[in-house]
Amino acid sequence: MSVFVHKHSRVIIQGFTGQHATFHAEEAMQNGTTVVGGVTPGKGGQVHLGLPVFDTVHQAVDATGADVSGIFVPPPFAADAIMEALEAGIGVVVVIADGIPVQDMVRVKRYAADRNAVIIGPNTPGIITPDACKVGIMPSHIYTPGRIGVVSRSGTLNYEAVQQMSELGMGQSTSVGIGGDPVNGTDFVTVLRAFEEDPETDAVIMIGEIGGQQEVEAARWAKANMQKPVVGFIAGVSAPPGRRMGHAGAIISGAEDTANAKMDLMEELGVNVVRNPALIGETANRVFS
Amino acid sequence: MNIHEYQAKELLKQYGVPVPDGRVAHNVDHAVAVAEDLGGERWIVKAQIHAGGRGKGGGVKLAESIEDVRSLTDQMIGSHLVTLQTGSEGRLVQRVLIEQACDIQQEFYLGMVIDRATQRITVIASASGGMNIEEVAKTNPEKVIREAVDPAVGLMSFQCRKIAAKIGLTGKQIAAAAKLMQALYRAFRDKDALLVEINPLAIVNGGSLLAVDAKMSFDGNALYRRPQITELRDFDEEDPKEVEATGHGLNYIALDGNVGCIVNGAGLAMATMDAISFHGGKPANFLDVGGGASPEKVGNAFRIVLQDPNVKIILVNIFAGINRCDWIAEGLVQAMRDLEINVPIVVRLAGTNVELGTPILAESGFPFIMADNLDDAATKVMATLEQQS
Repeated sequence: MSVFVHKHSRVIIQGFTGQHATFHAEEAMQNGTTVVGGVTPGKGGQVHLGLPVFDTVHQAVDATGADVSGIFVPPPFAADAIMEALEAGIGVVVVIADGIPVQDMVRVKRYAADRNAVIIGPNTPGIITPDACKVGIMPSHIYTPGRIGVVSRSGTLNYEAVQQMSELGMGQSTSVGIGGDPVNGTDFVTVLRAFEEDPETDAVIMIGEIGGQQEVEAARWAKANMQKPVVGFIAGVSAPPGRRMGHAGAIISGAEDTANAKMDLMEELGVNVVRNPALIGETANRVFS
Repeated sequence: MNIHEYQAKELLKQYGVPVPDGRVAHNVDHAVAVAEDLGGERWIVKAQIHAGGRGKGGGVKLAESIEDVRSLTDQMIGSHLVTLQTGSEGRLVQRVLIEQACDIQQEFYLGMVIDRATQRITVIASASGGMNIEEVAKTNPEKVIREAVDPAVGLMSFQCRKIAAKIGLTGKQIAAAAKLMQALYRAFRDKDALLVEINPLAIVNGGSLLAVDAKMSFDGNALYRRPQITELRDFDEEDPKEVEATGHGLNYIALDGNVGCIVNGAGLAMATMDAISFHGGKPANFLDVGGGASPEKVGNAFRIVLQDPNVKIILVNIFAGINRCDWIAEGLVQAMRDLEINVPIVVRLAGTNVELGTPILAESGFPFIMADNLDDAATKVMATLEQQS
């Protein structure tokens, strides 16, 4: 089945007629994604890339049965677009935009709280189940179908890990970029749970960064709930201690918030931690075989 | 984006947060005029820099006469104030805040942040105010009160009363604190703040509450809709190289090593630095060229990295998704032509159009050291550095 998106997913693109959206929608279609239409307010009734354009997500869902939306609108309009997708009953909302005001995302999370939907992002390359469904901006050709789940905060570091895997012949069931923003739609635990329940995933690579404790919480959850092995990496060992203002940041994060401290904790919790980012693929290959 | 204490207090005052009477001064005569205008017998002279720990660093002093105001201001303005948060070089003080002194009877800590764990605006409060709040959080975490705000309804009065009671306020002070917290929340929400901190929040003579210090930090992504906040930005408080980088759409942070790094994506940029460190090297900087890196952007990245005299070698690591390796390669070649580059350059290209980018570099005639992958890149950086020394 893979997780969140698969070959039966019916995808619409919000901000469909924009330059980036057009480029990436075309690329996704060439790589097996079923795009069924798009939304650009004011351009309803037009045809773009041979597909219908709608004024509202509601109209698009009614007409096409879409269940996944890729949001390509600029940051100032993204929160509204996400809520529109949720309200229209979209199950998986992928938000590419980098630079959404964080309080907008706080409101989005509240709006999403009692709706049964998954928000991927923002500030993400998106999500891809190779050769079946891609919603995002990642280079499709580096991904190959396989049985390893990948979840990461960073986009380009996701590509790096996937390339290392591909060179060793390991493919991906699904690769999920949860995004680099402090308030994001989906956390590591949610994605680990999906991979654990997915019969087509055998193991998981989890790539985090300094800042926050969600990788440690994910490791804790995995220790209690996961049978499948997890390989983990945290970027930022060489990052300088954050220049900050006041004390609230340090107080709120509590435990020592460094990459090494996080990796030590993850190791204690049973994650196979890679310390050298150049060896993510190699370590996964050794652990998973 | 950070602002000065005096700016934060002016802003919070507009929302109804009680702050001491005071004004900013840019020179000694101005400071004296402010003190005389404020009246009273004792004043506080506070150095205005974007860093905490000013009290311990000598940037907050009591003046018991107008002469004191004059001499303290004279000492502070033009000096480099060193605090726990400035680094050893300190920060140049260009202005001071002159306030009427008040008799503090009790000190509390009150802050608001966006908490990654709850993904909500969260109030933080403690009965232990003053300078040792981080210590309290470490040693007595139960003494730090946290209350998350539901964005659908905002910070409710009952939540404020609960917080006030937990930090030991009683009687009329509970209602006064609740009013103050709600004012603080409105300012936080309306101005897209990321952090506001009142440390200390004080009970002063007569029993009223006063925000004796104030720090605020704002969401750079929301400045487009907060012109009033954008105007408060003080470029003197920022690293000029970082300001220049931001102007070119680059994210640059100076470090103290000798390997210059030009990478796309924050995560890969950090991982590249980590790989260099893993091989025993020291990165000179963090630099993320971002998505859509044009040849001009690559050239600007080189210019900024090369301003650092410690840089002995540059590693370019690009994994193109929305970027294109051929564009990056053209930018590299152009930079070699335009700039005087006397350090070796290790290049690793991967992703979109790598098959077009690699020949551009190979046929350029410039001595790029090509690397196949991240490990190869870090290894070649270290080997080249060794040959040089």
